[in-house]
Amino acid sequence: MADKVEFELVSPEKLLTSQPVDMVVVPGTEGDFGVLAGHAPMISTVRPGVIDVYEGDRIIDRVFVAGGFAEVTETRCTVLAEQALPLADIDRGKVEQEVKDLSEDLDDAKSDAERAEVEAKLAVARAKLDAASAGSTAH
Amino acid sequence: MPSLKDLKNRIASVQSTRKITSAMKMVAASKLRRAQEQAEASRPYAERMGRMLASLAANIQSGAGGPKLMTGTGSDQVQLLVVISSDRGLCGGFNGSIVREARRQIQRLQGEGKTVKVMTVGRKARDQLRRDYASLIIETYEDVGRRKLSFADADGIAKKVNEMYEAGEFDVCSVIYNKFKSVITQIVTVQQLIPLAVPDTAADDEASGEAKAIYEFEPDEEQILAELLPRNLSIQVYRALQESAASEQGARMTAMDNATRNAGDMINRLTLTYNRTRQAYITKELIEIISGAEAI
Repeated sequence: MADKVEFELVSPEKLLTSQPVDMVVVPGTEGDFGVLAGHAPMISTVRPGVIDVYEGDRIIDRVFVAGGFAEVTETRCTVLAEQALPLADIDRGKVEQEVKDLSEDLDDAKSDAERAEVEAKLAVARAKLDAASAGSTAH
Repeated sequence: MPSLKDLKNRIASVQSTRKITSAMKMVAASKLRRAQEQAEASRPYAERMGRMLASLAANIQSGAGGPKLMTGTGSDQVQLLVVISSDRGLCGGFNGSIVREARRQIQRLQGEGKTVKVMTVGRKARDQLRRDYASLIIETYEDVGRRKLSFADADGIAKKVNEMYEAGEFDVCSVIYNKFKSVITQIVTVQQLIPLAVPDTAADDEASGEAKAIYEFEPDEEQILAELLPRNLSIQVYRALQESAASEQGARMTAMDNATRNAGDMINRLTLTYNRTRQAYITKELIEIISGAEAI
């Protein structure tokens, strides 16, 4: 592989990764997109999901993000994540519990605003669960 | 003239005060380091957010009618002030200067015939502003980031501000906080959050060079901006809270350093008085014995 793309993953609390990689696959709101070197500049929103980092044909890193933004230039791919968690650190049982709790909260929600908030959280938790199950079958 | 016992007690009490203040200084120093590290760690996010915002803004400026968070409501009648102070005292002029600035702003805005609403973060600002402006305070937060300042704390505050803005409860929002310059200097800063002042694209060369690139947007600009702006608000609040947290520890460290030094001086002075008094007593007793012996 000749050209590499500089991949940066940033959360509000810190800079998580900054490394040159061959390809990253980012879960955009309008579908996943892969970024190789020389990608056309673009800005996209990111839905809750998993970012795959490729080195050659191999995935070297999988990180769960709870939504955010991605900025792509020809040499760089910056993801501003709201929350980022390496896939290996996700505790399946805990997430299942979270989904259950949030579903209960959803039933208890009184106002529309409250409902929307819980729904958003639930979507994140569900995505996390999906990511966790996909991760465990892959390994 | 105080008795020897009184002096001894005073010295002991000042000594224990000095122990406390020097311990507090040490604690503040270590907390300051942590706060600074945290502020450092969050800088990349804010920087990249600013860059993204600048390139978005450059793209959207041609089309009027951007999101309200950026363009404002077209009025500045109702002003919201977010005052960030600490929860605890003993940190020199830290809270005093914040509250003074808040008062000045409130008076200025009221003088211009505007309606002012106040939101306080931290117990001290609430306590001090409540005396004169109790009716203006609409929301207070306490114990924000007591153990460790997290982004969720800032996000909560920003969400509330955004909600109120959407509901049309105010037109302009500013935040008043202490900006950390160095351990001994904190600068009281008033920063306008809504409507947002778009960072100047031409400000630094690297950024302007990249901003010229034509971006594709997915989904379209407006939708991204609609999501990015509330996020940016949270980031700004987060930054203000971090600056304030670092400033608080810096101010406390300096205040406690001074207190420790003053206590040291006081101990020296008291010890001197103690020794003089002791000598005076001895001399007096000697004179009594000698004059008694002479009388016989």
